Amino acid sequence: MSKRETVWHETLISDASPDGSAVLLRELIAHLRQNQSQLREEWARRITEARLLTAMSKDELFAEATAVYDQYVEALETGTLEALQAYARSLSERIIPRGVETHEVVGIVLLLRDVLARSLFEKYQADFTKLDRILDAYEPAANRIANTVAVGFVQERERVIRQQQEAIRELSTPVLQVRERLLILPIIGVIDPQRASQLTEQLLRGIRTNRAKVVVIDITGVAAMDATVANHLVQTVEASRLLGATVIVTGLSPEIAQTLVTIGVDLGKMNTVGDLQGGIEQAERLLGYKVVPLDASGT
Amino acid sequence: MEVPVLKQGPFLIATVQAALSDEDLVHLRKAMIERVVTSRSLGVIIDVTAMDIMDSFASRTLCEIAQMIHLRGADTIIVGIQPEVAFAMVQLGITLEGVVTALDLEEGLSYLKEKFDSDA
Repeated sequence: MSKRETVWHETLISDASPDGSAVLLRELIAHLRQNQSQLREEWARRITEARLLTAMSKDELFAEATAVYDQYVEALETGTLEALQAYARSLSERIIPRGVETHEVVGIVLLLRDVLARSLFEKYQADFTKLDRILDAYEPAANRIANTVAVGFVQERERVIRQQQEAIRELSTPVLQVRERLLILPIIGVIDPQRASQLTEQLLRGIRTNRAKVVVIDITGVAAMDATVANHLVQTVEASRLLGATVIVTGLSPEIAQTLVTIGVDLGKMNTVGDLQGGIEQAERLLGYKVVPLDASGT
Repeated sequence: MEVPVLKQGPFLIATVQAALSDEDLVHLRKAMIERVVTSRSLGVIIDVTAMDIMDSFASRTLCEIAQMIHLRGADTIIVGIQPEVAFAMVQLGITLEGVVTALDLEEGLSYLKEKFDSDA
């Protein structure tokens, strides 16, 4: 990446003609440096106006705007985007937890691009050919910078998402023994194929180590289920049967019941009970338990 | 690899010791359906704890053994399927339909005893 950036910059610099883009770029940078405080303020004003980055206070916004501006000009000057990339990443790291959206980040970078372009129009309005050439030098560089910041932000976001997915996956689903030979497997949240196979593995192992005869799988906490996951559930039930355990599935929500019937998953072999309590009661019956209140005064 | 078949009271217990070839399975089938009547057994337990792979032929043969033994007037239970094997089987669509299964030999024996007691 950086190699390509350098090449891009060198083509600009090595343009030997006196009016070459390198010269123009230098002139441009000098202009941006001279007017930096005014341009920064203009930029910060436009950001507030556009109601972007509302999660940040005015001072914070201005501090970040200053830093981004400096990085921006530096990237234009040196032609290397690495520093800017690193800055974009650390900025993203700071602002993502505060709920800043992608469109806001892209928005502010594009605003900066607009603010700077306007100032160029203003400066060179008398000399249209020069303005044209200045823009020739400015636009590709500016676009590339905008691209880098946006990509940096999205990458950082994706990294956070991946990290969170990993964390969710590691929240193992417990296989709990509630009575001798009776296991409960409460499933909460989204089941993807990977989690589904992990669940099955844990359950089968649990059946073996606890010598379970009946397993209650409670899916009250599962909001949605697709065909793949439903089939996986059926497979889990079958595999448990092969180990000699009966499975009772409880807590199928109306939505899931509808989906399963609509997509035509064969649930004929599944033993389902409305809620967890009913499931446990049925399991107790299967195991020969009878639960009676201790206070027998009623009888 | 011959599968030893032990008589334990009114039950026959076949313990698979290692992976079985197709030929071994056919041999086992033949031995079981003969022994079940000659030994006047009420139930048969096939212990597959040592099998770390169960292909379609093996599972079909086990189903056949169960059905044939049923025709010969006894019950069959398959015990000791390993969790990994069970998972692999259902993924291949092998579910041993209609065959009773249990966790291990002990479970299998208590199942047959219970059934035998309630029948008697």
